[in-house]
Amino acid sequence: MWKDLFTKKKKYASIPSEQMRHEVPEGIMTKCPKCKKIMYTKELIKNLRVCMSCGYHHTMPSRERINSLLDEGSFHEYDADMISVNPLQFPGYMEKLEEDRRKSNLNEAVITGEGTLNGHPLVIAVMDSAFRMGSMGSVVGEKITRAIEKAGERHVPFLIFTASGGARMQEGVLSLMQMAKTSAALKRFSDEGGLIISVMTHPTTGGVSASFASLGDYNFAEPGALIGFAGRRVIEQTVREELPEDFQTAEFLLKHGQLDAVIHRHDLKDTLTTVLDIHHRGGEHGWWQN
Amino acid sequence: MVAELEFEKPLIELRKKISELKEFMKTTDVDLSSEIEKLEARLAKLENDIYANLTPWDRVQIARHPNRPTTLDYIERLFTHFLECHGDRCFGDDEAIVGGIAKYDGLPVTVIGHQRGKDTKENIRRNFGMPHPEGYRKALRLMKQAEKFHRPIICFIDTKGAYPGKAAEERGQSEAIARNLFEMAGLTVPIVCIVIGEGGSGGALALGVGNHIHMLENSTYSVISPEGAAAILWKDASLARRAAETMKITADDLKELGIIDEIIPEVRGGAHRDVDQQAAEIDKVLKRSLTQLLKLDGEALVRQRYEKFKQIGQFTFLHDNLRVK
Repeated sequence: MWKDLFTKKKKYASIPSEQMRHEVPEGIMTKCPKCKKIMYTKELIKNLRVCMSCGYHHTMPSRERINSLLDEGSFHEYDADMISVNPLQFPGYMEKLEEDRRKSNLNEAVITGEGTLNGHPLVIAVMDSAFRMGSMGSVVGEKITRAIEKAGERHVPFLIFTASGGARMQEGVLSLMQMAKTSAALKRFSDEGGLIISVMTHPTTGGVSASFASLGDYNFAEPGALIGFAGRRVIEQTVREELPEDFQTAEFLLKHGQLDAVIHRHDLKDTLTTVLDIHHRGGEHGWWQN
Repeated sequence: MVAELEFEKPLIELRKKISELKEFMKTTDVDLSSEIEKLEARLAKLENDIYANLTPWDRVQIARHPNRPTTLDYIERLFTHFLECHGDRCFGDDEAIVGGIAKYDGLPVTVIGHQRGKDTKENIRRNFGMPHPEGYRKALRLMKQAEKFHRPIICFIDTKGAYPGKAAEERGQSEAIARNLFEMAGLTVPIVCIVIGEGGSGGALALGVGNHIHMLENSTYSVISPEGAAAILWKDASLARRAAETMKITADDLKELGIIDEIIPEVRGGAHRDVDQQAAEIDKVLKRSLTQLLKLDGEALVRQRYEKFKQIGQFTFLHDNLRVK
């Protein structure tokens, strides 16, 4: 018993888990996960979070995305206060939502709203992987559906940036049905002549890649983004064969005819402007009218 | 011989005992009829107890029963003049989905469904009912054809999910599913979807954007298999039973969540016990569905389908928890 007092306590070094490391508030410096170079976070942000040394596209928070594309002060957000409930009474779900709200400073995994991009009015939806891995539950489905409907009412293009692990498990089959709901909204919008532009960012998988992400009149992606239906591990287990290094990357999809183009983040605004310009209705005059 | 399920074991043992006693009575002079009568009464009660209180996990087992009737079993019984149409005209013919034209009590229709195999050989040919993109593209081709000729579409849903493979990804599994959701939403003919076995995720939904959606009593419909959910949520696939309870995947659950229209009653013990009887039950509901939907014109059908899916989902607003929809 007395001996217990004198035993030397083992000392443990605490190694932060992968998750912990991501949760650490962004410091002054950021390390590139690809080239391992350390750089000033401020400079990285100024460079639209594209690594200055290797071109790796770091995850871009939804608000930064909107600011980087839309004309200053033009953005007006929709349904900012819409939040999830716990329809299946899934144990621990509410706590997880609360935690993500606090950590990400977001109410849900997508921000929707309207604004102008180089003068072109549009409705925009930007998913954010910082909230529940961008997973789609009722709120994400509803916000995107409403945004598409708004684009239809306003006769403006619909631009979506996807970043999602897929359907949200905790809302079960309700999440699954959001795939049909959003796709139906896009169909109606498309039939009215609406322009749909989808930009897939890292990662776009599962139920999101198998619904609105793939339904653009133009499907673009950022370099290196992971895009696919089934997870790599699941496929490896079922097929038991070596998958190519670039499997399910934006470049892999481009090669297999699944994308219109892979666009570097620095060129994105110009490319989108060109697309919007070409689809601009009315107002232009030229030789073809004579 | 029908394969028996885990929860049916007590029944099997009791039945065995009864038949043993009967055998014994035949060979000897001992009168055991009162004994047997008692046991038979107990069997009837036990049967009632077990089949009236099926857990979600029990239903998963029934939905996956190797003898569970498939799309082709029902097509054979519900329709006449079925002509199977193959191929997506782009890549190949995916036998995990069957489809074609037929008559339903005289009415020309298009029928499409996931198709599992009955034995290992057929299962390999049909990839265990897990489609590749060309399967979905074939289905869409047939649906567009149905629209052109104003035929109602009937879809039977029965898949573990879209196939997770290298080739499927290369050929655009995501796009194929997304395209079906998109195009089905706009079809101007009635679409009736019936979940007859497992409704697994996007691979099931890709045939599931209907005006009416019905489920057999012991079928399931979910965002992911119970095993998959357990692996993701608790990193342990053996917790599938718990996941089945938590994920709300039974016909009752889906009715309550406002997703499906009708629950089609099953033969006691599961559809595999009497396929003809089960087909007759489906027939009743299908007839009722089509009778209603045939009254609507194309525009009304598209609108009804849109509204049906638009209302699915639950959410609230910050500081205003009363505005739950």
